[in-house]
Amino acid sequence: MKQVEILVVGGGPAGLCAAINAAQAGAKVLVLERNEDLGGQLIKQTHMFFGSEKQHASVRGIDIASILFNKIYELGNIEIYKNATVLAIYDDGIVSAEINGRYMKIKPERIIVSTGASEKTLAFPNNDLPGIYGAGAVQTLMNVHGVKPGDNVLMVGAGNIGLIVSYQLMQAGVNVKAILDAAPEIGGYLVHASKVRRMGVPIYTGYTVKEAYGKDYLEKATIVKLNDKWEPIEGTEKDFDVDVLCISVGLSPLGELLWQAGCEMRYVGQLGGFVPVRTENLETTVEGIFVAGDVCGVEEATSAMVEGYLAGLTAADSLGYEIKDFEERKQDYLEQLQSLRSGHVGDKIRAGLDQVTIKSEAAVV
Amino acid sequence: MRIDKHPILEFKKGKKVKFTFDGKVYEGYEGETIAAALHAAGVKVLTHSHEKKRPRGFYCAIGNCGQCVMEVNGVSNVRTCIERLKEGMVIKTQKGKGSIL
Amino acid sequence: MLERTGVPTAEQIDSVFPSEDRLAKGPVAVIECYQNIPCNPCYTACKRNAIKKFEDINDLPNINHDDCNGCGLCIANCPGLAIMVVDATYSQEEVLIKIPYEFIPLPEEGQVVKGLDREGQYVCNVKVIKILDSKALDRTPIVSIAVPREYMKVVRNFGI
Repeated sequence: MKQVEILVVGGGPAGLCAAINAAQAGAKVLVLERNEDLGGQLIKQTHMFFGSEKQHASVRGIDIASILFNKIYELGNIEIYKNATVLAIYDDGIVSAEINGRYMKIKPERIIVSTGASEKTLAFPNNDLPGIYGAGAVQTLMNVHGVKPGDNVLMVGAGNIGLIVSYQLMQAGVNVKAILDAAPEIGGYLVHASKVRRMGVPIYTGYTVKEAYGKDYLEKATIVKLNDKWEPIEGTEKDFDVDVLCISVGLSPLGELLWQAGCEMRYVGQLGGFVPVRTENLETTVEGIFVAGDVCGVEEATSAMVEGYLAGLTAADSLGYEIKDFEERKQDYLEQLQSLRSGHVGDKIRAGLDQVTIKSEAAVV
Repeated sequence: MRIDKHPILEFKKGKKVKFTFDGKVYEGYEGETIAAALHAAGVKVLTHSHEKKRPRGFYCAIGNCGQCVMEVNGVSNVRTCIERLKEGMVIKTQKGKGSIL
Repeated sequence: MLERTGVPTAEQIDSVFPSEDRLAKGPVAVIECYQNIPCNPCYTACKRNAIKKFEDINDLPNINHDDCNGCGLCIANCPGLAIMVVDATYSQEEVLIKIPYEFIPLPEEGQVVKGLDREGQYVCNVKVIKILDSKALDRTPIVSIAVPREYMKVVRNFGI
């Protein structure tokens, strides 16, 4: 059985930042990444990130991934297994994993779960036709593998992912026919909306997909306007001849391991689904299990990275490592998170976090 | 269906390899996912639903949803959206739920 | 309007445009950022302190157009590609607009292209005057187009 001090489950932006801070504090860190590539969804983000310099604002996601990889290789005390799927976290703290087809047991002293989230889908007739893909899936196909998803795309969802992927589809030379969203207003950043809008892509707010058509794969989709009770208005249908329908209607946290480990979970719609109850230090209700990134609430990657840094720091501190300026650094991360979430677009996130954050040690008792 | 030029990205492709899909020979690049290679070759239907036999393609492309499982080199239920392409792979449309080795 | 369509109103565009006096003095940045989002690289990029420090990272950019010399450093640093530089002194009939353009193919200098408005609709033909695509711009080329003066506040993109 392999002994490690800190096990990080998931090598996306949150997990990598957690590993960096934990290793910097002196801890022996093992990162298990399910895929062949580290970096999670950063490796397909060709756009510049928002935030401030501390979160690499105005650097492209793909390049932020490289910055984090370089830090990891410089540090040296981070072991990384790729193609490594964590299967279970048991009562006695033992973690089992499948690594390149082999079964392995690990005994970590602390676990940081940063498993991310998965794309939600939308219910409408024939929503299972090939050609109807998650927006993130399309982004992987074109930006990681260099393959176009199709010729004509209809994007469902005007949140940041829907808007950004629409823009990136056009950069890849794919025609985006329209973007629609059931909500009455655009959910993503308006600057992203304006970017695709001035490329001539219409945005239909207050519309949903009525039906998709096709024999073996998508050939056509019909959208329909919704009234203020979110009911379809007859006669407002619009048809689109498209071979791709991208679904970008949100993400849901991948919290299976947390459930299994016995962490208290709560359903918080604003955060994407069931998320763990956690302290300010990002420790769950199971001692020694920490969380960071989308698994504890779906947000932007910038917040995921800051949460990762925070969890790495607090997990190492809980092991007894002496960290210079610990309190100061912790406060800095908390303040960064607070400012990233403080605007109007953060209203939902803040309301969600209020339902699952244990404010202080005293509040636990 | 491949992107030749991109304003931001350069695609470093692996070497060109041959594989078969349901007996037919296809070409793709080593290291890309099987689903990407098939999609680039115009194959969108990767499997069928168990009961109604409806066509299915990938949905998430990152190994979460399991909509893309195929038989690869005799092994059933391989998630082709994350399994990397290698020279000579024998890929088949899976019949039903597949077998456990 | 903007919240539903992604297209700012004429009033919103007016609200971020420099004064006639300032426009008459030469190139100046126009920041079309109408929403409080956590983002401040325009401030970090500005070497002349024309874009003021953000009290809160969610503040709207606060630019003093009189301190701005239209250098354009902020253009490629804005993750929202929301900044352009307008030079209303370019010629009698035309203004020069510098916009970020992350698509291929890039036009040629001297090429006449279709000037598009904020909905991507054709407005008038415009001439490409200059293309900057240095390493510092990090794959966000800046294209200068000469736009008929009356369309200064209308043209915001081009198509080839």
